Amino acid sequence: MSFLLSCPFCGPRPVDEYAYFGEVTKRPDGSPSLRELTDYVYFRDNVAGVQREWWQHRTGCGEWFLAERDTRTNEVLGTSLPNARRTETGSDPVGSDPA
Amino acid sequence: MRLAERSGERIDRSKAIAFTFAGWRITGFEGDTIASAAFAAGKRVFSRSFKYHRPRGLLCCSGHCPNCQMTVDGVPNVRVCTEPIREGAVVEGQNVRWSLDFDFMSLTDKVGGRFTPVGFYYRTFIRPRAAWPLYEKFLRSAAGLGKLDRHAGYSRRYDTEHRRARVLVVGGGEAGRTAALEAAEAGPGVVLVDEDARLADLSLAGVEVLAPARALGIWEGGLVPVDVGTTLFRFRAERIVVATGATEQPLVFPGNDLVGVMLPDGVRRLIRDFSVQPGERAIVLGSDAETLSIADELDAVGIEVAKVVDLRDARPRELAAHGGKGRVRRLVLDGESFDCDLLIASGGRQPAYSLLAQAGARVEYDDALGVFVPTELPAGVEAVGSVTGGGLSRSAPEPSYSGKGKCFVCVCEDVTTTDLKRAIAEGFDSIELAKRYTTTTMGPCQGKLCHLSSIRIYAQENRMYESAIGTTTARPPWAPVELGLLAGRDLTPARRSSIHWRHEEAGATIQWAGPWKRPYAYGEHPEDEVRAVHESLGVIDVSTLGKLLVEGPEAVALLERLYPNRFGDMKPGRIRYGVLTSDGGRIMDDGTIARLADDLFYVTTTSTGADAVTAWFEWWNAVWGYEAEIVNVTGALAAVNLAGPQARGALGRLVDDPDDVSASELTYLDAKELVVAGVPTLALRIGFVGELGYELHFPSPAGEHLWDALIAEGAQPFGLEPQRVLRLEKGHVIVGQDTDSESNLYSAGMSWLPKLDKDDFVGKFALEHFAQREERERLVGFTMEEDVVPAEGAQIVVEGFPAGRVTSARRSEAVGRVIGLAWVPANRSEPGTRVEIQVDRLRRGARITHGAFVDPSGERMRS
Repeated sequence: MSFLLSCPFCGPRPVDEYAYFGEVTKRPDGSPSLRELTDYVYFRDNVAGVQREWWQHRTGCGEWFLAERDTRTNEVLGTSLPNARRTETGSDPVGSDPA
Repeated sequence: MRLAERSGERIDRSKAIAFTFAGWRITGFEGDTIASAAFAAGKRVFSRSFKYHRPRGLLCCSGHCPNCQMTVDGVPNVRVCTEPIREGAVVEGQNVRWSLDFDFMSLTDKVGGRFTPVGFYYRTFIRPRAAWPLYEKFLRSAAGLGKLDRHAGYSRRYDTEHRRARVLVVGGGEAGRTAALEAAEAGPGVVLVDEDARLADLSLAGVEVLAPARALGIWEGGLVPVDVGTTLFRFRAERIVVATGATEQPLVFPGNDLVGVMLPDGVRRLIRDFSVQPGERAIVLGSDAETLSIADELDAVGIEVAKVVDLRDARPRELAAHGGKGRVRRLVLDGESFDCDLLIASGGRQPAYSLLAQAGARVEYDDALGVFVPTELPAGVEAVGSVTGGGLSRSAPEPSYSGKGKCFVCVCEDVTTTDLKRAIAEGFDSIELAKRYTTTTMGPCQGKLCHLSSIRIYAQENRMYESAIGTTTARPPWAPVELGLLAGRDLTPARRSSIHWRHEEAGATIQWAGPWKRPYAYGEHPEDEVRAVHESLGVIDVSTLGKLLVEGPEAVALLERLYPNRFGDMKPGRIRYGVLTSDGGRIMDDGTIARLADDLFYVTTTSTGADAVTAWFEWWNAVWGYEAEIVNVTGALAAVNLAGPQARGALGRLVDDPDDVSASELTYLDAKELVVAGVPTLALRIGFVGELGYELHFPSPAGEHLWDALIAEGAQPFGLEPQRVLRLEKGHVIVGQDTDSESNLYSAGMSWLPKLDKDDFVGKFALEHFAQREERERLVGFTMEEDVVPAEGAQIVVEGFPAGRVTSARRSEAVGRVIGLAWVPANRSEPGTRVEIQVDRLRRGARITHGAFVDPSGERMRS
């Protein structure tokens, strides 16, 4: 891994400045069954293709943001700040689309 | 022997430089390499081969082949043909028993050939199994390269530097220079790198030239690490131009590894750069004009050319070199014999496409040229010059020639054509498998000199087309690289608290604790420090605790959603113990949460968890977007825990009004801002060590001042080890020590903590499930029946089977027994249950306990 990633604040920087926090997952609503919970906690789609994922500019400005990356080529199609908003209980904040 | 002074030579004959070569004192000139000086002094054998210990001499003279690898001043595997000469250097042979000229192990060449085919040791040395370590030791020392001095440590200092380039040109030949100059016309930011030291003084307008500098590979994002000795440049290039040219290939015929068999460019370099006479009577073998033209060059410097064989016309059925004592003596060509002491042979030129292939280019066999050429270059990468195959002549008509003697395909690993053919006969019918079995192309030259011939021989043997076989994968690095260069400078950052030097002055034993350096204890007897805390007054530096401020109108909402605890009902000035869980319901970290105001919380975390917890808070807040700010003040604030029956009195003397810290004004789990010894301080009344105690948090720069004031009040400093004993006496859990990634709040005995009636929090779903199910294991306390301390991780044995593990154990003076924490099966977790613990080789009895060992009602810390 040596590609460049664009921090929404700092611009393109080498990927080793960032921490990867995995693909964007959908947090279950209400009281999920054990199966739904296990899927959410332990399973990932692991797509071969474009994936939305969380990154933090850990050794830079510290900002958390979303990136769309092609997992096959490491081509980054775009990065954006999460459309942070207060969501009511039971909604799906993690899976919600950035603007 | 040197030739007469010639124009263009790179040596300065007025400056003599002396060094030791395999025990001989040799004098060369400035500008020489170690190899050229040694060669001029009559040395011909530079190494012993990998497996057969055959003598090997200069072959390529350009830093590619393994033949001149020697140990220079303790650094192994240095290619002395490119290593500049330096005064007093000590150059030694590698992989030899006795000396380069007489190697005891060369017996393997005389007797071994037939009995040591490829892969022989996988098959021969497997019985008896138990003896393998012995065989392995022998084989490893018999076959191999240089030896590392394990005690030398870092002999040099390495650094990494990040660089940018608009255009990075790899290779300083004609095509590379042209490309660099063209690029420089369009603007600045053009860098040219070449591994050849002779280009060091090359000057191109507008181009930065780095030489000797070796591009090790091309990674995604245009990353090209460049080895420039003890610094690694990590170049990030917008455009990469590869002009690595083509590499001369050895001709494959029996005796092709004899000392005196050389590649044409190696001979040219000896003559042109160093004015060294490469031999007295030469024979030239080749199939292209460039190779054959060397005959004229030899003629011009007065070397006799006995014969020139153009392999395109000659088509010999028998072609072999014969020698004596490992040196070439004559060439046998279809029954005719020609004497020589220098045999210049070339199998053609193969584009040096490795970098391009690493970058993602496809590599195809060009039938017309008989070589592999790169195609379909990835975006941002270009190829110019002979690396594209342009301007090359066809390679040798035959992949190998036959005759009497060993015929080497791969000189690095001593693989002969017979080995390769045998591997194919044994069924290794894919090139990738044959490569791994024979280790052809896997030696120090990285296939530069053997990849083409091995595939051509393979194709011939299997009656296949080369294009159908394809190539093996080209992987970085392009050339061997010192591990130190990749590792960078030998730096291990250590964090020290602002009070650290006071601990050193007090003679504390310092130990690593995560990224921190912390006192283990201040004397030989940690139990004395434990006693001081129990009986009078102790103080410990806890500046390493993670410290976060969470502030904002929705700070309470954020924390309530991060923790299973409830915080909304807390009054300002109160503290609560909190445990963070993941959404899988597992324990992540613990600490205290103090409410300083309605919208301001002060959160502490474990010492090692500070960074992870900060990131965790910030991530969830990026998800939820609460109106709350998270500030990590771990480094900004120092902290000490003042604990013991005399703590209130001591603290009272350091504040303006002792009533501020009276039992009623500052009760257990109160947080209060005080001025202690003149320092604005946040005092948290909590009791990790179980006695009346105050955790004082204050600005780091005042660390030593406040510490000194507390010591002057009679506090005994205590270290990590006494703290571990003290907290164990209270049954307090250390997250990460007593819990692991499987532990949850119920199994760890904290079922009172999660508030499942809250709307939502991280881990709620999982905890709801945990609350309803039977736990298989529980974290409990135990006391040993005998005075032995089980190791951390010791097995709990139930009815002869392992059933759990000890996580902490210490001898407690206060309890008068060895106490500890352990995970045990749920059906063995009732107080009083007897279990056995494996201590060394014996099973020792222990009784399960619940709660604290000392002061179970908590009167002392609440007092």
